[in-house]
Amino acid sequence: MTGRTMQAHPAGEHEAAVAIQHGGSGMPTALLGMLLFIASEVMFFSGLFATYFNARATTPGAWGPPEGAHELELVLAGTLTAILLASSFTMQFGVWAVRRGDTGKLKMWTGITLALGVLFLLGQIYDYSQLGFGIADGVFGTTFYTLTGFHGAHVFGGTVGLTIILARAMRGQFSARNHVAVEAVSMYWHFVDVVWIAVFSTIYLLR
Amino acid sequence: MATTTLEPRAGTYQRSWVLDWLTTVDHKKIGILYIVNSFLFFFAAGILALLIRSELAIPGIQFLDQNTYNQAFTMHGTIMLFLFIIPALSGFGNYIVPLQLGAPDMAFPRINALSFWLLPLGGLLIFSGYLFGGAAAEGWTGYAPLTNRSEGVGTDLWIIGLALVGTASILGAVNFIATIFKMRAPGMTLFRMPIFVWTMLVTAVLILLATPVLAAGLIALFIDRNYGGSFFDPSVGGNPVLWQHIFWFFGHPEVYIVILPAMGVVSEILPVFSRKPLFGYRAFVFATIAIGLLSFSVWAHHMFTTGSVLLPFFSFMTALIAIPTGIKMFNWLATLWRGKLILATPMLFALGFLSMFLIGGISGVMLASPPIDFHVQDTYFVVAHLHYVFFGGSVFGVFAAMYYWFPKMTGRKLNEPLGKIHFWMHFIGFNLAFFPMHQLGLDGMPRRISDYSPDAGWTLLNMVSTVGAFMIAASIIPFLINVIATFINGEPAGDNPWEGNTLEWATTSPPPPYNFDRLPPIHSERPLFFLTHGHGHAAVRPEDLEETAEDDVERRDGAV
Repeated sequence: MTGRTMQAHPAGEHEAAVAIQHGGSGMPTALLGMLLFIASEVMFFSGLFATYFNARATTPGAWGPPEGAHELELVLAGTLTAILLASSFTMQFGVWAVRRGDTGKLKMWTGITLALGVLFLLGQIYDYSQLGFGIADGVFGTTFYTLTGFHGAHVFGGTVGLTIILARAMRGQFSARNHVAVEAVSMYWHFVDVVWIAVFSTIYLLR
Repeated sequence: MATTTLEPRAGTYQRSWVLDWLTTVDHKKIGILYIVNSFLFFFAAGILALLIRSELAIPGIQFLDQNTYNQAFTMHGTIMLFLFIIPALSGFGNYIVPLQLGAPDMAFPRINALSFWLLPLGGLLIFSGYLFGGAAAEGWTGYAPLTNRSEGVGTDLWIIGLALVGTASILGAVNFIATIFKMRAPGMTLFRMPIFVWTMLVTAVLILLATPVLAAGLIALFIDRNYGGSFFDPSVGGNPVLWQHIFWFFGHPEVYIVILPAMGVVSEILPVFSRKPLFGYRAFVFATIAIGLLSFSVWAHHMFTTGSVLLPFFSFMTALIAIPTGIKMFNWLATLWRGKLILATPMLFALGFLSMFLIGGISGVMLASPPIDFHVQDTYFVVAHLHYVFFGGSVFGVFAAMYYWFPKMTGRKLNEPLGKIHFWMHFIGFNLAFFPMHQLGLDGMPRRISDYSPDAGWTLLNMVSTVGAFMIAASIIPFLINVIATFINGEPAGDNPWEGNTLEWATTSPPPPYNFDRLPPIHSERPLFFLTHGHGHAAVRPEDLEETAEDDVERRDGAV
C-alpha cells in the first residue's frame, strides 16, 4: 500500500484510474446509451410518419383501405393497444421490484410483460390475415404495413430483450444495486409502447 | 504485492497479430482500422474519379458507355462520402477523442468495434453491384423516380449497403456522445474540452438525429422496389418529391457531419502552429452548436427548382448559416494574426482548408439565392461548389489530421519535404481540377453527362480539369511513399513533437493500451501549456496529494 501512496506525483497529477471511475455519478453510461439509441429510433419513426402524412396529404379522394377490402378493425386494434399499454405497467412493476431487491417479483412481472408482448404480436398477425389488402395495394397499404410492420419488428426486438432479462433474472444476475440492463430494456419497452400509441392514433383514430 | 500491481492491466496476454487486430476493442486500434479502411475506399473511388475525368477530357464517347459512366459517378460520390470522408474523420475521432478527454477508452468498446466492422461490409455490398450486372447508377442522391423503377440488383445492394453504413454511423454517434458526457477526466469540464471534441460531439448529435431519417427513406425505397410499394410512385398516390425531402433532411445535416470534424482538426492545428491559443474559444463552440441547429432547417435549398418548397424561408435559413461559419473564419484568422507561424505540413493543409473552404462557402451562399440557383441547378457550378466544400474542406482536413496525429499514432514523424511536395501537388491539382468547373457550370454544362458537343466551347476547361485530377492522383504517390517509409524507418517523434497543448500529447507515442499512467491537472482547455509554462493555479499541499492517492487505491480496489 505504502509503495503506491509514495509514488512521486508532480503537484496536482491524478492517477489515470481516477478517470475510469469519474463517470460514476449521475445516470449510468449504459442507460445514457439506450436513451441516445431511442432518440435515433424516434427520428426513424418520424421519417416513416412523414411518409404516411405526405401520402395522405397528396392522395386525392378518400383515404383508407382500397375498395372492396375490409375496413380497419378498430375493436381488435383497440384491444391490442390495451394489451401493449398494460405491458408497460407490468414492465414498470418489475423495475420497481428489482430496485427493492425483490428478484422474485422481477421474474414474475418480466414474464407477464413478455407474454403480453407476444400476445400483441400474435394479434397483429391475426389482424393482418383478416385485412384483405396488401402492401402493394396502393399508397395506403404501403404506408399502413410499413408503419405497423416496423413497429411490430420493434416489439419483436423488445421481446428478445425481455427474454434475455428473464433468462438473466432466472440465473440470479440482478440485484437492487446491479440491474442496469433491466432499466435499459424497460426504457426501450416504454418507447415501443409510446410509438404504438402514435401509430394507433394516426392510423385508426385520425381517419 | 503493492509494487507488482502498480502497472494497470499488467497481466495482458499475447495473442497473434492478426487475431489481435480482428478482435480488438481498443479505440486506438479501431481508429487506425477506420483510417486504413477509409483510405482503401478513397483509392477505389479515386480511380472512378479518374475514369470520369478521362472520359470527359475531350468530347465524344471514349471508353465508358453511358450506363458504365452513370455507375462510375454514382459509386464515386457514394463511396467518397459514406466510406471515405465520414469514416476517416470518425477514425481520427475514435483515436483522439478519448485521449483528449483523458479517458482510457470509448464508453462502449465492443459497440465501437461493431460500428467499425459494419463499414467494410456495407462498402463491399455497395461495390458488389459490379459483380451482379452493374452497380447503382442513379447518382449518390438516388432520386426517385429513377431509383424506385430501375431494374437490376445494383441499386438494392446500394440501399442495403448504405443502411448498414448508416447503422454503423448511428452506433458510433451513440458511443461518441456517451464517451464525451461520461468519460471525461477530473477537471475536464465541457468548456475545457478541445475544439475537436466539441465538433465531434455536435457531429455525433447530427448523425444520431439525421441518419435514421435516411434509413426510413431507404427502407421505403426498398419496399417500392421489391414489394410493390408505392411511396414514390405517383401513379398510385405516391410522391417522388418525398424522396428528395427525406434524402435532404438527412443530406444537409450530413454536409455538416462531413465538415464539422474537419473544422475541429483545423482548430487544433492552427493554434499549435501559430503558437497562440485559439481566438474566441467560446464563440467557436457556440458557432458550432448554431451550425448544428440550423443544419436541420435548410434541406429544401437542394430542391428550389421542384416548385414545391417555400423559397424565401429556405433561402433565408441557408444564408443564416453563413453567420456562424463566418464567425469561425474570424476565429481562425484572428488565431493566425501575429502568431509565430510554423509552416509544417499539417499547418499547410490547415491553411489549404481555410482558403478552399472559404471559396466553397461563398459559392454556397450564391446557391442559396433562388434566382442564381434556378440558373445553375444541376450544372457543373454545383459540382465545383460541393468539391470545394467536401474536397477543399473535409479532405484537406483529413490530410491535415493525418500529418498532425501520425506521430502520436505510430511514434514516427512523417517526412516534411515529401509532405510539402504532397501538399503543393494536391493544392494546385485540386484547383486545376475544380476551379474551371465554376465557369463550365455558368456556361451551362450539366452534371452527370458522359459526353458533350465539341461546339459547346467546354473542351479546354474540361481538359484542364482532367489534368488537375491526374495531378491530385499523382500527389498521392509521395504521400503513400511517405507513410510506408516513415512506418518502416521514420524519425522518432517523441511524446509531443508539435508542442501541442491538449491531453493526447501528455502520453507516449503511441500511447499504451490504457492510454495514461497519470494525467496532468486540467485547469483550462490547454492543460499541457499550464503544465510547462504557467503555475496560475493554487499549489497542491502534500497532504492533499496523499489523501487523493489513498482514495484512488480504495476506489480501484473497490472496483475490482
